[in-house]
Amino acid sequence: MLRRKFLGLLGTAGAGLAVGTPAHAAGNKHFEGYPEGNGVLFDATRCIGCRKCEAACQKVNELPVPEKPFDDLTVLETRRRTDDATFTVVNKYGKPDHPVFRKAQCNHCLEPACASACFVKAFEKSPTGAVVYDPTVCVGCRYCMIACPFEVPTYEYDDPITPRVRKCTMCQPRLLEGKLPGCVESCPKEALTFGRRADLIKIARKRIESRPDRYLDHIYGENEMGGTSWMYLSGVPFKTLGMKEHLGVTPAPQFTSGALAAVPAVVGLWPVLLTGVYAMNKRKVKIAEQEKREAVSAAVKKAEQEAADKLAAAMDKAEKDKTSSIEREVAKALKEAAEAQDKENS
Amino acid sequence: MFAGIDKRKLYTPFNIASGIILIIGAVLTVLRFTGGLSMVTNLDDNNPWGLWIGFDLLCGVALAAGGYVTSSAVYIFGMKKYHSAVRPAILTGFLGYSFVVFALMYDLGRPYRLPYPFVVQAGPTSFLFEVGLCVALYLTVLFIEFSPAAWEFMGWKKIRKIAHSLTIPLTIFGVVLSTLHQSSLGGLYLIAPSKLHPLWYSAYLPLFFFVSSIVAGLSMVMFEGSLAHKYYHDKMDRTHLNEASEVVLGFGKAAALVLSGYFVMKVIGIAVDNNWHYLATGWGAWFLVELIGFVALPALAFAIGVREKNRKLIQRTAAWAVLGIVVNRLNVSLIAFNWQLPAADRYFPSWMEIMTSLFIVTLGVTVYRLIVTFLPILHEHPEYKDSH
Repeated sequence: MLRRKFLGLLGTAGAGLAVGTPAHAAGNKHFEGYPEGNGVLFDATRCIGCRKCEAACQKVNELPVPEKPFDDLTVLETRRRTDDATFTVVNKYGKPDHPVFRKAQCNHCLEPACASACFVKAFEKSPTGAVVYDPTVCVGCRYCMIACPFEVPTYEYDDPITPRVRKCTMCQPRLLEGKLPGCVESCPKEALTFGRRADLIKIARKRIESRPDRYLDHIYGENEMGGTSWMYLSGVPFKTLGMKEHLGVTPAPQFTSGALAAVPAVVGLWPVLLTGVYAMNKRKVKIAEQEKREAVSAAVKKAEQEAADKLAAAMDKAEKDKTSSIEREVAKALKEAAEAQDKENS
Repeated sequence: MFAGIDKRKLYTPFNIASGIILIIGAVLTVLRFTGGLSMVTNLDDNNPWGLWIGFDLLCGVALAAGGYVTSSAVYIFGMKKYHSAVRPAILTGFLGYSFVVFALMYDLGRPYRLPYPFVVQAGPTSFLFEVGLCVALYLTVLFIEFSPAAWEFMGWKKIRKIAHSLTIPLTIFGVVLSTLHQSSLGGLYLIAPSKLHPLWYSAYLPLFFFVSSIVAGLSMVMFEGSLAHKYYHDKMDRTHLNEASEVVLGFGKAAALVLSGYFVMKVIGIAVDNNWHYLATGWGAWFLVELIGFVALPALAFAIGVREKNRKLIQRTAAWAVLGIVVNRLNVSLIAFNWQLPAADRYFPSWMEIMTSLFIVTLGVTVYRLIVTFLPILHEHPEYKDSH
């Protein structure tokens, strides 16, 4: 019974490991988007550059009123970008006799670079499809603006105390009330279509199939940067519309997830390695000291031995000298005695 | 204790210039925190990071790497003969990081929220989170590593003993943290392959930043050492003076090796992404200026200096290599970043941004000068001569 219980526990633990934790933002798993996530399809072949969407955006988001009114179309002559008072702008591209317009705003990526880059998680991909920003935690590092491949987030550089990042919210508050985004609602030419992202892709395909002469066979945003909720159809190359064509299909978080995965390795390996190196060097020093001590004592011993030998030899020699001198003296005395005796005898 | 300062020594041209810069800096500080970033910087929605990140943060952190490089060489790798270089290096590191954080206060929109990633809501998927966490921890490590000098000055023996007993674990922790945040500063740019020029963008950016920080650390110790020799010769004891020339030769050798390795890594970086064709463009020429002029040639000069025991050459090369690190960091963060933007949308710092950076550097140098004048940095405290 004990064995079975143990095996059962082991199995449970194994299942727990297998189920594991869900993929997080920096994981290598491709996030397909929330199934009910919404998006907007922009059709550049329908847009006439009337700026009605800009006006609606300003109104519903209670943004500052611009200097030039929205019906002043001369502003289209200069290239503009979104800023802290403007969440969307329409720009004119192409040849003067055949102008093409493109509306720019946040593309609401499926796996947003801003959300991955933010060190306080101020950005979140909402299940509605919108990428929303929380100014109550924002520190103002502006790394989201560095990270965004579409140059969308803008900043309140004029505010010294409580500056915020500003960008299109896909009208998240209105979505939650069941309303359409302001720009979509105001478009007189149906250049903007709001709906579930999955449906929008089908609609876009259908338009391309039914009018291949009118459209390029590409839905911009279907796969760019892993997919965006705001997508684009066009009859001219997207480059002409001022859009980046070489972004690739890799979601932004994957550019950093690999390198971030090296962190635990550094934390785990470095201390072990360095402690090892330290211990080795300490041991080296210790051994060196020991060897030094041994060498010194050996040398001392040797010197002592040599001294003793020398002394002994000296003593020996002295002894020998003494004996030989005694012998010499004795021989001398004997000789003298013999000589004296000889003298007496003669 | 400040009574001994001679008035004539106080009003040197250098001190007067420092004073003027500090006053201008104080005015700019007031402007920055009353008028917002737009009052003093040329930052805009396309260029959210300017000189204060490119120079103050990226260069500041790289050039403060001397602390971990020297302390690990001496305490971990057992190169005891460079011991006298540890304290000045730790001090430069500690001051460097302190002023990096200080400079960051100017750049952050809401500096008072700096602890938010650690106490309110963490974003661990961000390389900036790693940078922040490691810098915060490493600043603490450097403070404790530096503190024995202060405790000796105060005569607090017990606390000095405690701080000193932590040397080995702190050194190891310091290397871990430095590896992480030095590399993470390069990692910051991994998320923006569409904005950074392909010659500078590489999956190896974290590795490039880490390895070049070792060069920066070694070079700064040599460069700062040669300056300190010139101006603080009287503060140095015999041990320091005797070891200094050994330090230059040893560190020069290490710098030659690491810089050569870095050169090879950069070349491999081009090969891996097959970016050779970019070398024939204008950007390629600028890239080669960096790679040959500020990596390969200094590496060679270090090697020649070591072989011929030419200390002067090594010290000059150290200043050259430091400049090379600055060029590299500015390339990644400003010059090759947003390279595709039309010229009119490109960023160039305002004079007030440059002045603010200069102000912070001057403030750092001033504090360094005060500390080496009064604390036992370039010499050993007589009471603690043999206690390491």
